[in-house]
Amino acid sequence: MNEQQQSLWSFIQQQSDKLLEQTLAHIGLTFISLLLSIIIAIPLGIWISRKKQWSGTILGIAGVLQTIPSIALLGFMIPLLGIGAKPAIVALMLYAFLPIIRNTFTGINQVNSSVTDAAKGMGMTSYQILFKVELPLAMPVILAGIRTATVINVGVATLAAYIAAGGLGEFIFGGIALNNTNMILAGAIPAALLAIFFDFLLARVQQLNIKNARISLISIPIILVGLSSFYLLPATIKGHMLAGFTPEFMGRSDGYLGLKSKYKLNIRTVVISDAVMYKAAFENQLDVISGYSTDGRLKAYDLVVLDDDKTIFPPYYAAPIVRQEILTKYAELEPALNLLSGRINDSIMTDLNYRVDHLKEPPEKVAREFLIRQNLYKEPRNGNKGIVRMGSKIFGEQYILLQMYSILIKGNTDLTVETKTGLGGTKICFDALTNNQIDMYPEYTGTGLLVILQPVNNVVQQIIGNKEKVYEYVQKEFINQYKIKWLKPIGFNNAYALMMRKKQAGELNIRTISDLKMFIDNN
Amino acid sequence: MIQLQNVSKQYANGKAVDDISFSIEEGETLVLLGTSGCGKTTTLRMINRLTEPTKGDIIVNGQDIKTQPPELLRRGIGYVLQHHGLFPHYTVAENIAIVPNLLKWNKEKTARRTDELLQKLQLSATVANLYPAQLSGGQQQRVGLARALAANPPVLLMDEPLGALDPVTRASIRKEFNNLDELKRKTILLVTHDVQEAFELGDRICLMNEGKIVQIGTAQELLFNPSDEFVSRFIKEQRFQLELESIQLKEVWRFLPKAIEGTDEKLLVPETTLWEAIETISQAKHPEAERFATTVSNQKKQIEIGSLMAAYTNYKNSIKA
Ligand SMILES: Nc1ncnc2c1ncn2[C@@H]1O[C@H](COP(=O)(O)OP(=O)(O)OP(=O)(O)O)[C@@H](O)[C@H]1O
Ligand SMILES: [Mg+2]
Repeated sequence: MNEQQQSLWSFIQQQSDKLLEQTLAHIGLTFISLLLSIIIAIPLGIWISRKKQWSGTILGIAGVLQTIPSIALLGFMIPLLGIGAKPAIVALMLYAFLPIIRNTFTGINQVNSSVTDAAKGMGMTSYQILFKVELPLAMPVILAGIRTATVINVGVATLAAYIAAGGLGEFIFGGIALNNTNMILAGAIPAALLAIFFDFLLARVQQLNIKNARISLISIPIILVGLSSFYLLPATIKGHMLAGFTPEFMGRSDGYLGLKSKYKLNIRTVVISDAVMYKAAFENQLDVISGYSTDGRLKAYDLVVLDDDKTIFPPYYAAPIVRQEILTKYAELEPALNLLSGRINDSIMTDLNYRVDHLKEPPEKVAREFLIRQNLYKEPRNGNKGIVRMGSKIFGEQYILLQMYSILIKGNTDLTVETKTGLGGTKICFDALTNNQIDMYPEYTGTGLLVILQPVNNVVQQIIGNKEKVYEYVQKEFINQYKIKWLKPIGFNNAYALMMRKKQAGELNIRTISDLKMFIDNN
Repeated sequence: MIQLQNVSKQYANGKAVDDISFSIEEGETLVLLGTSGCGKTTTLRMINRLTEPTKGDIIVNGQDIKTQPPELLRRGIGYVLQHHGLFPHYTVAENIAIVPNLLKWNKEKTARRTDELLQKLQLSATVANLYPAQLSGGQQQRVGLARALAANPPVLLMDEPLGALDPVTRASIRKEFNNLDELKRKTILLVTHDVQEAFELGDRICLMNEGKIVQIGTAQELLFNPSDEFVSRFIKEQRFQLELESIQLKEVWRFLPKAIEGTDEKLLVPETTLWEAIETISQAKHPEAERFATTVSNQKKQIEIGSLMAAYTNYKNSIKA
């Protein structure tokens, strides 16, 4: 856990296999989609140049496609095409439509009408006019469109990592999730270089003498097909089971790295965003996924957590962490917050998350109803003694906890509450806390240990198996280092976990991660 | 060679061509003349089926054009456009070779023909490998003509071929065209709105107005026998020059004074037009010393500007009578 000190260069050297694989996949994704887009968009552009009454409609549709946010477009593809390369390629292809159709259309339209008139008057067939006159003369404009599309695709292809299609997005999003700058750069720099390189290359082709347009007409498809085939190379490794892990999980020692080193688990993996991961497992597109043990979707999609029999996942007991200063200033705050301690176990939290994540109930309603059932609810006192600023990370469980604390503070003290929800990941929340922009947020002991404190390896090994020891360690170190206090744990353990479909796990008799390893090795 | 029978073209906004009929003999040049928008281009484009007539029949080389595939018809008809319409991505030589290639001529034959045409149209051989954008307007127009002539089509359609040029270049290219043997043998329909050009290039002139033919005939017929007021008004401004250009010395012969025997004159041929004669005389280096004469059947008559004008007036009076 000393990636920060590592230089970018040594990171790249260490990960060169992965980097090469991701780069090839990235080029492949970009160009397969570009090739398909060209195959469809150029004939469409030609067609609307003939049937002008359709040009508005077609260009309108292509324009709308491009305004759909990339992530959303990828999301729309999943129900239709599942996860992996197929939906990514289709989404990228749709993105590339507009510039290519538009430029083919304008390119052909701007061919001087006296030239096409002469061509026709000399007895050329419409096919000859298209291929000998219109397309060669429109070629520079069409190439400009392809160039734009290429640059767009190189960029958007990074998002393909969210739906298990690979590419340089794996490093970029893994790096963002892990707050690992080297990893971000190892993905972002090659992606930027690819965009610049292909832009430059196409600019050269574009500048070729207009006469060589005929050569480029032939050579470009060949180059495109060649580049597209890159994508097929990394896909040759085959295995029985397929695991989908988040970019963050892939890079953590209490994640994929631990699975490899401690369990010697050797499973085929794809990188995927947690937004689609559970659903993909439910739909048999993935067999094993990384997840959180209290995630509501566990219940929604009928998944089961595999037992971590060699303890690579530390305990992740949730507790509010609060700036010592504000606890001293308002002595009534700590008892109010501690009212929740011990009240929520794993299954209760899973259920609450299920209601928010899956049934789409508002977190505020779920929180209030829970507190009423627990006899903890009190009407707000509407006091104005002071303000407590609360933050949360960007997922449902944190929103629910925040609402509960808000109700407890307002009902039991004369303080008011200001909430700042959705502060991205751990690093952003914690920085906001240490920079006195928020006063508290709910945190997990394992995260405090591995992401924030990052002690040397043997310290981690000594305490990781024991939830009390981890709690004590983080509590002591946070006060010493940051003047931040861990209050009493809420009760549940939202640990990282490996999950499978209940049915499949039952059939294969897999209960622990070791069982999974055995099964994979034997097949 | 070309025959139009009751041809009309109707557009949504009106009749562009309204029931016109004419025929052009083999080897003849007919000029379509008229104001802008009177339907000249439409008439011309119906002949190579770039525009389909609403009504009427068109016969080229004895065959109804509707019975042939348009592409094949067009390969047999040379077409010259106002804005040359050269392919910007083809060299001059490639542009000229377009129709021969469509007709699948062999390379050698095409190359020979290209050289021949460049020479005839006074384009240097180095021009062959240039692109149209590298040529002057006059050169572009010559290449446009060369391209139309390449496959030696018997019929040529020209839509304001010199329309985009300045008056000086235009006059000089017009002279060249007039002397080009290739053009003399062809059946030509030429569109212009320049009266001067029409009279100079046309064997006959077809004057159009609002989609209809007003008069069709030779230069002299239009000048001295206009069918109505419109015809006279159309040529009014240039009438004097046109008349002088349309009359030859031999026609006013009988009104010219006899030459004084024994003097040393320059002889002009009897086919010289009055206009050319006046030009020659007024451009003489020593107007005082030089004398001009013309000879018909061994009889010599003296030519001076004064006596020419008198003969011209007498001639006009004689044909009106
Ligand atoms: N494609 C078309 N659709 C509708 N109207 C047309 C079309 N082409 C020509 N016209 C109309 O037909 C009439 C004759 O046009 P045409 O081009 O034949 O005239 P023109 O004699 O060649 O004129 P100019 O000397 O300006 O070239 C015009 O009123 C023009 O507006
Ligand atoms: Mg015209």
